[in-house]
Amino acid sequence: MTNLPLATSFLQSESFIYVLYIIAFALFIQGLRGLSGPTGAVRGNRIAAVGMGIAVVATLLNPGEGNWGLIALGIALGVAVGVPAARQVKMTAMPQMVALFNGVGGGAVAIIAWVEFRNHGSTYGSHLALRTFESGPFVEHAIVRTGALPTYVAIFSVFAAIVGSVSFWGSNIAFGKLQEIIPGRPISLGSAQQIVNLVLLILALAAGIDLVSGAHSELLFIGMLIVAALLGNAVVLPIGGADMPVVISLLNAFTGLSAAATGMALNNPALIVAGMIVGASGSILTNLMATAMNRSIPSIVAGGFGGGGAVEGAEGAGEHQGTVRSTSASDAAIQLAYANRVVVVPGYGMAVAQAQHAVRELTKELEARGVEVSYAIHPVAGRMPGHMNVLLAEADVPYDQLKEMDDANPEFQRTDVSLVIGANDVTNPAAKNTPSSPIYGMPILEVSDSASVIVIKRSMNPGFAGIENELYFDPKTSMLFGDAKSAVSEITAELSAL
Amino acid sequence: MILASILTTNLAILVLAGFIGFVVISKVPNTLHTPLMSGTNAIHGIVLVGGLLLFGLAELDSFSKALLVIAVAFGTINIVGGFLVTDRMLEMFKSRPKPKASEQDSAGEGKPGTDGKAGS
Repeated sequence: MTNLPLATSFLQSESFIYVLYIIAFALFIQGLRGLSGPTGAVRGNRIAAVGMGIAVVATLLNPGEGNWGLIALGIALGVAVGVPAARQVKMTAMPQMVALFNGVGGGAVAIIAWVEFRNHGSTYGSHLALRTFESGPFVEHAIVRTGALPTYVAIFSVFAAIVGSVSFWGSNIAFGKLQEIIPGRPISLGSAQQIVNLVLLILALAAGIDLVSGAHSELLFIGMLIVAALLGNAVVLPIGGADMPVVISLLNAFTGLSAAATGMALNNPALIVAGMIVGASGSILTNLMATAMNRSIPSIVAGGFGGGGAVEGAEGAGEHQGTVRSTSASDAAIQLAYANRVVVVPGYGMAVAQAQHAVRELTKELEARGVEVSYAIHPVAGRMPGHMNVLLAEADVPYDQLKEMDDANPEFQRTDVSLVIGANDVTNPAAKNTPSSPIYGMPILEVSDSASVIVIKRSMNPGFAGIENELYFDPKTSMLFGDAKSAVSEITAELSAL
Repeated sequence: MILASILTTNLAILVLAGFIGFVVISKVPNTLHTPLMSGTNAIHGIVLVGGLLLFGLAELDSFSKALLVIAVAFGTINIVGGFLVTDRMLEMFKSRPKPKASEQDSAGEGKPGTDGKAGS
């Protein structure tokens, strides 16, 4: 049992490489710790990037490494696509960007599993396993040379293939919806949807089990990838735009777990740790988003929001229909100018209209007049976790003016004017008052506690959930109809003319 | 027995990493959730390592090689794209003038103003 590779070069020894991987994942964790506040976050991100650089270098040090030209080609392609995309993407398009990156990650995992299978298929007990075990921290040449690849390697690999394929296609559909290539409305097979999903899941699992237990058929493997791809489509297509924050988080968790599984199959600690952290992050976000909508994750995955329940809600809304008071930009400006405290409640409408800069201009004008301004942000406002915060940060809104829901709600009682910009369901009092409402129980921003409310909205159309908003019929609410950006700009103009 | 030791060691890493992930990520405020997602996208780019490892295999046919080029490209997109876009976003969160007075100083310099007027 002589470990010749160990002796030849220290830098290429498996232990040294292993230590580099440990440093890499330690830096990932340290980097993410920086994200606990805005001050350390930039540094944290760069620390994680350094960790990534170390992990890549460690891998390239591997004695068996080859195909340098192709590696350079792949990296060059990735840089050519990734760098301009990251530099040029608009902040309003961040949800699409994250969905796309997510999909790409899932795709990489699925491809890696496929190539692994292509190698195991002919020679069960591949060179990869040989090499990994040969000079690793554990000495076990004999077992690998004589026997097959351990079953668990095949299990993790097949798992990674299924989950990677689901998240590749799911994320691409999510991207298509967010980019409005595909309609954002739920597209579903109706009641058959859940059965179809279940059948696809069972088919994928059956193929996986067959492969793990020794079916050396690449056709079956490709079939499994395709079934998983169909499943990814079938799960995300029926999901409506308002549920996107949950879906994106869930797909994020999936890609993370698939990377961890790849790490288990390749016996690579950096992959395992990084994958699990991403998986944990995605799971936490999924849970937060689902809680903020008062919906269970299974019910979101099972089908769109815009279905049966929402129609009932719209009909039920007839009961409390009163008069809607419409206002003008000049009246709104006067109302805001004489307020002591104004809370801005942004929603997806602000993102669509790209109104964040206009909003910032308005609040600057108000602050110049001595009005105290803050922003109340619902966790699911927009299309992904933290969407509104990024837009407002882009427009230079100070971090400490951005209030999370729990901090914002007690403040509404001493607020003179709540300015709702393109937010709908997250302000609907029906979530508190109307047990029959489909959104009953969902935590909301309690804007109706404030002395008066101005709602900037395109029209009286209900939001994505298809539910009438009681807030609009409240006597203290006035509606300013129009595109968020032009409406806000008009108010600002009126305000400076006062 | 020996095989179990690799599996169990890796499982231990897996489980511990999961717990650490939960603890660390729980401390990220809602405000930073979008950069968190793009940042974890970048970290997910670690799958690049998987692609690179497989490139070290002796017996790769051309189809496998083509697949791996795609996998490496995908992983690289994740890494460079993810870290860059996260950096861009976090810089926006960082460049905060803290006291209210200084905010108004910076009020004039904005391109945001022209944006606002364009809309009206």
